[in-house]
Amino acid sequence: MNLVNTSMPRKLIFRYLPFLVFVCIALILPLLLPPFRLNLLGRFLSLGIVALGIDLIWGYTGLLSLGQGIFFALGGYALGMHLQLQNLAPGELPEFFGLYGVKTMPAFWQPFNSGIFTFFAIWIIPALVAGILGFLVFRNRIKGVYFSILTQAALLVFYNFFNGQQRLINGTNGLKTDTARFLGELVGSDGMQRNLYLLTVLVLFLAWLLCKWLIRGRFGDALIALRDDEQRLRFTGYNPTAYKTLVFVIAGALAGISGALYTVQSGIVSPQFMAVPFSIEMVIWVAVGGRGTLVGAILGALLINFAKSLISEQLPETWLFIQGALFLLVVTALPDGLVGWWRNGGPNHLLAMLGRAPKAATYPSLDLDPELKS
Amino acid sequence: MTPILELQAVTVSFDGFLALNQLDLKLEAGELRAVIGPNGAGKTTFLDVITGKVRPSSGQVLFKGKPLIGKPEHHIARLGIGRKFQTPRVFEKLTCRRNLELAVAKGSSPVKLLLKPLTIELRERVQQLLLLVGLGAHDQQLAGGLSHGQKQWLEIAMLVAQDPELLLVDEPVAGLSDEETIHTAALLKELSGSHTVLVIEHDMDFIRDLQAPVTVLHEGHVLCEGPMDQVQADPRVIDVYLGREEDQP
Ligand SMILES: Nc1ncnc2c1ncn2[C@@H]1O[C@H](COP(=O)(O)OP(=O)(O)OP(=O)(O)O)[C@@H](O)[C@H]1O
Ligand SMILES: [Mg+2]
Repeated sequence: MNLVNTSMPRKLIFRYLPFLVFVCIALILPLLLPPFRLNLLGRFLSLGIVALGIDLIWGYTGLLSLGQGIFFALGGYALGMHLQLQNLAPGELPEFFGLYGVKTMPAFWQPFNSGIFTFFAIWIIPALVAGILGFLVFRNRIKGVYFSILTQAALLVFYNFFNGQQRLINGTNGLKTDTARFLGELVGSDGMQRNLYLLTVLVLFLAWLLCKWLIRGRFGDALIALRDDEQRLRFTGYNPTAYKTLVFVIAGALAGISGALYTVQSGIVSPQFMAVPFSIEMVIWVAVGGRGTLVGAILGALLINFAKSLISEQLPETWLFIQGALFLLVVTALPDGLVGWWRNGGPNHLLAMLGRAPKAATYPSLDLDPELKS
Repeated sequence: MTPILELQAVTVSFDGFLALNQLDLKLEAGELRAVIGPNGAGKTTFLDVITGKVRPSSGQVLFKGKPLIGKPEHHIARLGIGRKFQTPRVFEKLTCRRNLELAVAKGSSPVKLLLKPLTIELRERVQQLLLLVGLGAHDQQLAGGLSHGQKQWLEIAMLVAQDPELLLVDEPVAGLSDEETIHTAALLKELSGSHTVLVIEHDMDFIRDLQAPVTVLHEGHVLCEGPMDQVQADPRVIDVYLGREEDQP
């Protein structure tokens, strides 16, 4: 017992160090990066939030959702609608309505006038949709591939609906946020974008804390138990539907927040947020970073998106191939993703493979376990 | 007194094949009962019916006089029916301690698991159980890394941790050493009285050790029932089961 107590602070620091470093770097970067790069980073960090949610439902609970784009877009649209309604003269409608001859604003736009309503709508609407969808699916014990297909089908329904509704939400064109004003300042301005970047860092940190808290204790154990042997957990008296629905709701809310932050940093929300490939990409970020590790989800989102933007700048045609290859590589060679590979002593194995003797050919997990050292 | 568990003419049909055929069975509260029978006799299916995994095509299952059929598995578990599976099923990616911590909190809601820490009593109970099944030194080890016998015992400990009124134990000593087998028999005997225990096994020495009434299942129904000596001497039992004991591993 003593052993555990004395090593506790060190262990704590060790555990939180990566994130502290990350936050420090994130806070210094606005001074170093040109606005364009900073904005890109902000966008990718906001994608880290939806990735965290996917990690919760997939990495921990074993539910592979290919429809997170729904919740992502709903969050984006909620904020987009609010911004469309800013700085209008009394009785004036957002510009695009004029194109379709709409004279009175659809009723569901009204509440988005309110900043407070929008603040809640960004995450509660996606959470609600996730709750309803999740409850129906999980109560009927739809699992595995069927669950994935169903979420993708739901995504397609939303995608087609939003694309078709010009008169309600400007259809394919989406809603622009760049030219909107928020608190008197242009959303697309450098100053505003820097603030949004800082906000994103903060929200990502909070989201990470939330996920950490969720998985740390017995709730997290129950999720892992659900993933590995749902039936066994059922016979222990647990109701899987409640657990799955809750975690799906949380992932939905995170996706909504992520979508809102992404929208204001990329200047537009459109049905493309609900395109099938985008939701699959989200899953790839988590797979590459390392599912079942929160840092992995964030890292995966950052790395892949940076690679994507770099490669797309140079050789736009090759990105899809590279992304596919990356995914295949991870699935076949690094099933636990980069972070999982690292934690399982991957670097040592690599050194060994390259002909350099690693420091000690042992089981790293045993080496690192303080309980086993005496 | 109403029996704690009663099966009335339970029939389970898998595409026309009758895994259980008009099965009747009664268990009194506090009883220890052994169930034996050849492979495919329907023993596991019989537990599946009680715990809600399989829905019978006809018949009735009563727990303390109330019907169970149609209730979801987790409701049945919460009523006080716990089960150990034939092949050990523990949560391999969780440590032994955490496996038990989930089991003692049987059926908590997500909110409760998130917000309420484990009480001191339950924490101590987990510790006792770890020691009881000889996993005290392995408490921080992932259950996936345990030996087969250790997994069996961990699962038995999880079952006891749930503290159900009725324990359904499917082949608890398969893969255990002789010493562990004796230990398991002692544990189950100790649990009976305060709990009702139903044990399925092929290991005849173990069954004899339990000193409990034996029910023989064959082709989905009860072939005979009685003390071990009487059952062993029954020609029908010898014919369908015991006579073939040499063939079994
Ligand atoms: N889901 C199922 N679908 C079809 N047939 C099944 C199913 N489950 C069990 N059976 C059949 O029902 C019969 C009874 O199976 P059960 O598992 O109950 O036997 P058992 O007495 O537990 O045998 P063992 O001693 O080998 O564990 C077997 O013939 C089995 O093949
Ligand atoms: Mg069986």
